[in-house]
Parts: sequence; C-alpha cells; structure tokens
Amino acid sequence: MINKQVVARGLLGLARGMSSMKWPAFGYARARSLQDVWRLQSEHGDGARLIAGGQTLLATLAFRLSEPTVLIDITQVPELRGVSVEAGTLRIGALTRHAELGRDELIARHAPLLREAVPYIAHPAIRNRGTIGGSLAYADPAAELPACVVALGATLVLASAAGERRVRAEDFFTGLLETALRGGELITAVEVPIATAATRSTIAEVARRSGDYAMAGLAVHLSLGSNGQVAAPRLVYFGVGNGPVLAKAAGAALAGRRLGAESIAAVQAALAGDLDPPSDLHGPPEMKRHLARVLTGRALSRFLPATEVAA
Amino acid sequence: MTARIDITLTVNGERVTRSVEPRRHLIDFLRLDLGLTGSHAGCEHGVCGACTVRVDGEIVRGCLVLAVSLDGAEVTTIEGLSDSGEVEDLQAAFVARNAAQCGFCTPGMVMAAADILRHHPEADRAAIREHLSGNYCRCTGYQAIVDAVEATLEARR
Repeated sequence: MINKQVVARGLLGLARGMSSMKWPAFGYARARSLQDVWRLQSEHGDGARLIAGGQTLLATLAFRLSEPTVLIDITQVPELRGVSVEAGTLRIGALTRHAELGRDELIARHAPLLREAVPYIAHPAIRNRGTIGGSLAYADPAAELPACVVALGATLVLASAAGERRVRAEDFFTGLLETALRGGELITAVEVPIATAATRSTIAEVARRSGDYAMAGLAVHLSLGSNGQVAAPRLVYFGVGNGPVLAKAAGAALAGRRLGAESIAAVQAALAGDLDPPSDLHGPPEMKRHLARVLTGRALSRFLPATEVAA
Repeated sequence: MTARIDITLTVNGERVTRSVEPRRHLIDFLRLDLGLTGSHAGCEHGVCGACTVRVDGEIVRGCLVLAVSLDGAEVTTIEGLSDSGEVEDLQAAFVARNAAQCGFCTPGMVMAAADILRHHPEADRAAIREHLSGNYCRCTGYQAIVDAVEATLEARR
C-alpha cells in the first residue's frame, strides 16, 4: 500500500524541487509460488513491497514516494494467473494485464465492461505490463478498474500466510489510496458474477488527454427487462471522490423504473445526494458534479433503443 | 539485499549476461551497460514514451521495467528493429514527411508506430493518434508523424 503520509510528503518534496528520477537502492527477490511470497515477506519484514506490473509502484519510486528495502516480484506466481469460468463466476487472476483484459474472450463474453474499460487505461505500452490486481491494490480514486469491479458487484479474493478471505469490491476501497488489504496480504483474484442476457454495462469518462486519469468517470451495470424496466442498477463514479463512489440515491432513482428521458433526469438530479467531489487541479466541485451528470446521461442513453435516443 | 544480480537475456537477437543492481531500469541497462543509446530516458516515470522498447514482443515503457526482472526475456530496441528492416518503409516515411525534428522522441515513436503496423493494420487516423497518445513529441505537433504512419499503413495494404 502507498502510505498516504508518505505520498503527501513526497508531493511536498516535489513541490520543493527535491525530486529525483532515479530509483532508490533496494533489493530484489523473485517468488515462484505463494509459499515463496510468505517466506520472503517474513524474511524481509515491513520494508518488503510486492511488485507485479510495476506501472504504479516504479513511477512512485522515481518520485521517492516510497523507499522499500526489497521488492518481491510476484509475476511468476502461477496461483495469480489465468482467467476461467466456474459455477456462474468469472475468475480473473490478479496478474491479468490490462491488455489481456482487452482481448480475452471469456472476459468479453462474461464481463464486457472490463473490456470496454481497457482503452481508457493509460497507453498501450503501459497496458502491456500493468495488472488488474495492481490497479485495485493501489486504489487510485481516478482509476477505471476499481469503479468497474464495484459496478460489477465483484468479490476480491485476498490471501496471506494466514489463509484466504473474500471481500466485496464495494467494501474493499476504504479511503484515499486505502483498501481493506492487511499487512502481508495480497489480491489473488477478482470474482465477477457473469453477465446475463438482461445485463447492460458501460463506461464513460472525461480526461484532458487520451490515457490521462479521468477528470470524472462512470461505470454502470444494470439489468434491463424486456419492458425496458431497470433492475439492480449500480452506478459507480471515479475521479470525483476518495475512491470509487457507488451512487446509492441515483441507483434508487432508477431501480424499478422504465429507462427513458424522465428516469435519466431523475438519476441526474439524485446525484446531488451521492457526490461530494473535492476540488482538484481540474476544477471546483461543481464542475465535477456537472461532468458526472453529463456522463450519466451519455452512459444511460446507450441502453435506449435507437428510436428513443434523439428524444 | 541491494547486491547485484546476474541476468541473462536476449537483446536484439544477441545473448547477453550482466550483473545488475536491482535499482537499474531497463533503459539505463540498455544505454549504460550495453551502450545501446537509441532508447531515450526522458521523463523516467512512465509519461513521455521516449523509452519505448519491446519486451517479449510487446511494447513497454523501458523506464518502468526492472532490468533485474528480465532474466530470460527477449528485448528489441530501436537498433534491433532498425537493423531488421521491419520498419524500413516507416522510417523512410518519417524522413519524407519531416516527422522527426529534434529526434528525441523518434526512437520511441517508431517503436510505438511499429506496434500499429504489426497489430492494427486497419488503423485509421483516429486509431493511430490514440495508439501514439502515450508518446510525447514537443516539436512536430504530431501531424507529420500521424501522416507518416498512415501513409505506411496505406502503402502496405
């Protein structure tokens, strides 16, 4: 985990011009099994950090936002690999790279939201290394995948030397860059309930430049009945809070209603009760709320029959 | 634990063995340890794309890869790509359209553009721009670069 105080101190350092682009000195060890990981963790204690794709960790090291004594490379741990379907659940190994999410056929069929999210994540060269487990563990509030797994109602499988436990995605993200992960624990897989014929999902975001973190974004997952009635809507916003924000008032404004201009307007109005965005480099809270409303309209309109979109 | 570690990998088709510090990123390894200075270290935190190289056939940010993690890997740099002739036409198109000015971004840009030629032969202008969006160029304004990639794709069809 990135320690918030360390990040804050690092950013302060940057502001004072004390940054360095070279990584600090650290050791390196490659784990080949989860048993190896537990052994290396107990050998090296608190100074050890896990590294998978490295696309967040190594950038933070360049800024000296953290100074681990040893990096434990988990990319060769077979228990963290693979995508499979079993008993109505899609299991995505934590080491699955963003590029793999974008081209895996099981994911395309059973969790198309993840495939749709991939082009929004950074750039091709980064998507070739970065992993879903890493993205979730770092819990950047403007990242796409945390919002997607919450929208999908996914469960994260966590493991440590003490054993395995499961945490609902919406309970996993506990604060700014903070998660339910305990010391010595890692994410082994993401379990996603597979899509049905009634499932509709999509992602929308606004970023200043292609591949940048979102100024505001939204992942939606719902069921649409043949009469156009919405069930179990989950609207999850990113870039507008300390983590992915599951918009409960907006969801309640949509549940059980027929999807259309009226219900979409009701969702947009209800968002006022769900979102309390901080101002950031991009602009004040009201701008983010505005973007969230616009994105909500765009995203939900995608589920309307073509004849109703103009209305 | 910060001791050097021996790695053996293939770089541009040649097997190399070196002892590296864990803190060495791939670009410093290529430039300082192997003398392959075609790959550029720009921002060194994964933003600018000047360090784009291939690892096991896929483009990566060289500044966000630990050299020590590449034992057994296959790395291709701009030197290897250029010598192979794989992108001769692309390089000619870059010259013809003045798509390189100061040249700092060019090796990374060519590596990323080569990825389009290999994996997305049907890419249109928008797709080209999207694919190159992680590679910064501060001189050209990108139009000439996109022109060069587009012309190469069309000529290959």
